[in-house]
Amino acid sequence: MAKGLRELRARIRSIKNTQQITKAMELVSASKLRRAQERAESAKPYAEKMREMITNIARGTTDVQHPMLEERPIQKTGYIVITSDRGLAGGYNANLLRAFAQTVKDVPREAMTIVAIGRKGRDYLIKRGYPVQAEITGLSDFPQYTDIQAIAEQTVALFTDGVVDALVLVYNEFKSPLVQRPKIARLLPLVSDEAEGGPAGAADARRPAGSLYEYEPSPEGVLSTLLPRYAETLIYSALLEAKAGEHASRMAAMGAATDAAGEMIEQYTLELNRARQAAITQEISEIVAGANALNA
Amino acid sequence: MDAFRLEIVTPDRKVFADDVVFLAVRGVEGDLGIAAHHVPFVTRLDIAPARITFPDGRVKRVAVSGGFLEVRGDGVTILADAAELPEEIDLDRALRAKERAERDLEKARDLEFKKAELALRRALVRLDVGEDRRSS
Repeated sequence: MAKGLRELRARIRSIKNTQQITKAMELVSASKLRRAQERAESAKPYAEKMREMITNIARGTTDVQHPMLEERPIQKTGYIVITSDRGLAGGYNANLLRAFAQTVKDVPREAMTIVAIGRKGRDYLIKRGYPVQAEITGLSDFPQYTDIQAIAEQTVALFTDGVVDALVLVYNEFKSPLVQRPKIARLLPLVSDEAEGGPAGAADARRPAGSLYEYEPSPEGVLSTLLPRYAETLIYSALLEAKAGEHASRMAAMGAATDAAGEMIEQYTLELNRARQAAITQEISEIVAGANALNA
Repeated sequence: MDAFRLEIVTPDRKVFADDVVFLAVRGVEGDLGIAAHHVPFVTRLDIAPARITFPDGRVKRVAVSGGFLEVRGDGVTILADAAELPEEIDLDRALRAKERAERDLEKARDLEFKKAELALRRALVRLDVGEDRRSS
């Protein structure tokens, strides 16, 4: 007999408990996912409208100059790494951090600075000696714009103040509830070409050249507040997307764990029944053997 | 008067979308009235209530905490940093924000002072617009 009956029973009981927990977490994540997806959806119009506005301004006026649209030689790059606070979400954080480490493996530590959103990413990066210069942890599952406004402003200021020459967003893109993919995309300077992989180009060619606009106070004045705002908005939408991905990923991981627990329970129940049968058989044969010995 | 499409969106959600005939807002350079067929126009908005007139003559006010206004041929968009309809405003919270901002103004300086001042203005606009709930 491989295992005693008592051990098997205890084992099955404990797996059943675990299964109940993973099942509950799966259900919770499923409902959070739905809400997070709605939030990500409802944040889209703002970013889209803002992009249209910037596109129109860029097109309506020639020779608009703004530091956020200008490429400069890259000496230092800022990375905004968005991970989750909690684990038990499958490969959600691990995949992202691996992709990040892969991307920056040739970048010397002095030439980067990191803004970490989420406890998992922060811990990982600090432990490996990456220069984490700002962090937020403990964000709610459904962050409000105001929750990250301060850090978004700070981050964008790193670029405008010339501390970094490029800002890169590192987050899990939410493709579908089943697919999240690490995405590493340049945020600033704003790129005009979608193919560059930016979350959104500043001047995509969706609309025909529009009518000329009038500006108050001036095109530059409007642009100088609009562009930083736009960059912050992009950080916010990346965060919402990452959150939706986190819940989706956790839901999938917990679903798989629940299934695996079910299989284990089946397996152990089978073993338990066999062991019980064997014990009974052995007992009977011992009794029979004993009786035979007496009769003989 | 011809109607035009007005949309008010914030980073979190779409607050308002409907056909209106007139919109009064406060831009950084002064008050503005927008009717249909206005020339394409972009400006930054101040912290102030926006007044919307519907085709049937009803008037609604919206608390707008800064942002941008864009007038295009096919409609008007307000990209607000935050915006609330009268029925959405939490008056107690606005009142608390007002008191806190007033306290901060007493002792704060420079940047802190500026922040407290803006917070106070947002709270006052919300309180003002929130009053509409009773009359309507």
